[in-house]
Amino acid sequence: MRKHLLRGGSLVAALLLWQLLTSLHVDFWLHFDRLPTVVDVARDLGYQLQTPLYYRDLGDSLGRILMGFALAALAGVAIGVAVGRSALTGDIVSPPLEVLRPIPAIAMVPIAILLFPSNEQGIVFITFLAAFFPIMVSTRHAVAALPVVWEEAVLTMGGNRRRVLWSVVLPGALPGVFSGLSVGMGVAWICVISAEMISGQYGVGYRTWQAYTVVDYPGVIVGMLSIGLLGFGSAAAVELVGRRVTRWLPREAEIAR
Amino acid sequence: MMLIEDLSVGYRETSVLHGIDLKIEAGEILVLVGGSGCGKSTVLRTLAGLHRPSGGAITLDGRPIVRTSAERALVFQEDGLLPWRSVRRNVELPLAIRGVPRISRRSQALSWIERVGLDGYADHLPRELSGGMRQRVQLARTLASGPRVILADEPFGALDAQTRRAMQLLLVDVWSQQPTTIVFVTHDVDEAVFLGDRVAVLGGRPTSIRSIVDVPFPRGGGDNSAARAEILAALGSTQ
Ligand SMILES: Nc1ncnc2c1ncn2[C@@H]1O[C@H](COP(=O)(O)OP(=O)(O)OP(=O)(O)O)[C@@H](O)[C@H]1O
Ligand SMILES: [Mg+2]
Repeated sequence: MRKHLLRGGSLVAALLLWQLLTSLHVDFWLHFDRLPTVVDVARDLGYQLQTPLYYRDLGDSLGRILMGFALAALAGVAIGVAVGRSALTGDIVSPPLEVLRPIPAIAMVPIAILLFPSNEQGIVFITFLAAFFPIMVSTRHAVAALPVVWEEAVLTMGGNRRRVLWSVVLPGALPGVFSGLSVGMGVAWICVISAEMISGQYGVGYRTWQAYTVVDYPGVIVGMLSIGLLGFGSAAAVELVGRRVTRWLPREAEIAR
Repeated sequence: MMLIEDLSVGYRETSVLHGIDLKIEAGEILVLVGGSGCGKSTVLRTLAGLHRPSGGAITLDGRPIVRTSAERALVFQEDGLLPWRSVRRNVELPLAIRGVPRISRRSQALSWIERVGLDGYADHLPRELSGGMRQRVQLARTLASGPRVILADEPFGALDAQTRRAMQLLLVDVWSQQPTTIVFVTHDVDEAVFLGDRVAVLGGRPTSIRSIVDVPFPRGGGDNSAARAEILAALGSTQ
């Protein structure tokens, strides 16, 4: 109880400090006088919440990230499993991927713009690329680290390769897959917002940058807060699902109790 | 009948087993004993088809053993349960692989869980069970799959004397109802002479069969102390 009070108080104090610094136009090396006050931001948020445009932007960004992330999850898990299970597949598939991996997805924006017929597809592609690598790499590690006895158990029951894949490899690798999904969701947000700022039409990132260029600073802060909220929500969703499907892990039990 | 002729097995360069000849009759219980690290698990894994021999031949009823099969089930020395499946779903797995319909899978699994003394634990996850309970789930899973050959690698090692005897009796009961060949690894000489029709003593380096002791009164009914002494003597000479 005391902990909650302290934490709440800390947040309120930060807001108060912001309000004071900006409303008193403090200009002491940092230009607080140029930033909007808490009240300005709250008023703008209240206004934006009543416009359909705000929701259209949220929906567009969410749609892009879900699309890119879902494709990345499918491709990342499929390729991660294939490479983790077969050295031959690894030798064939890995080299080009390892060349691309160190390049931040956002550096691919020019290529995406050139390659795809519309900006929309380019943004989804950038999001896909950003999330793909962490998901693929951690799936590959999880699959390669599976204890052999699980697979051997299914084999001695007469299970075939497909049975081993569905009953051992995929469920056994799930904890690793989900740590990849968490990281992937994080970088996917960074990239969708950046890509929208560079080349978007609609979307929270686009709207935030737009607000900056038309000197609507409360709008910038509202955009930032919306980005933070969406990022938090999506990370929490991945975390929640991950926890549910990996309840069998021994260390989860210790934490829960 | 399982026929093992001049079998040698190794890991990479190191040779573990050499020149093993063994004839295991259908419906027989053969017990393997030998010092730790002598290669008992390696024998079972090779018979299961998990490990390819470096020389010699193994046949089951004339057909060579080249890969794993549902007819040869292995009870692993280590924990072989899938940790994300409940006890019941672990026991159901071999039934699912065999294509048993879902409803009868469930009832068969529950009845095996009861027979190994774990009723009430069907919905528990393996991590909620003790080591000995997990071994009993493995036994239930193996018995449920109804194999022709059971390869059991120290399945009762972690059990107290009373539960151990109950599990031995359960195994004998199932074995006497369905004709099954059992190859059973143990460290416990009393367990060996109680269960086995014959006890093979492994030893040497690389390991071969030191002697094969016939048990006059397997599964009770007479005095086996001579066979017991013979096994202990063979074990002692291999150290
Ligand atoms: N995967 C492996 N790679 C290399 N060597 C191995 C491997 N597994 C076993 N060995 C070696 O083979 C020998 C026999 O091992 P095995 O597990 O068959 O012994 P065991 O008789 O079952 O012992 P225990 O009674 O302790 O279970 C050991 O010396 C071990 O070092
Ligand atoms: Mg062993």
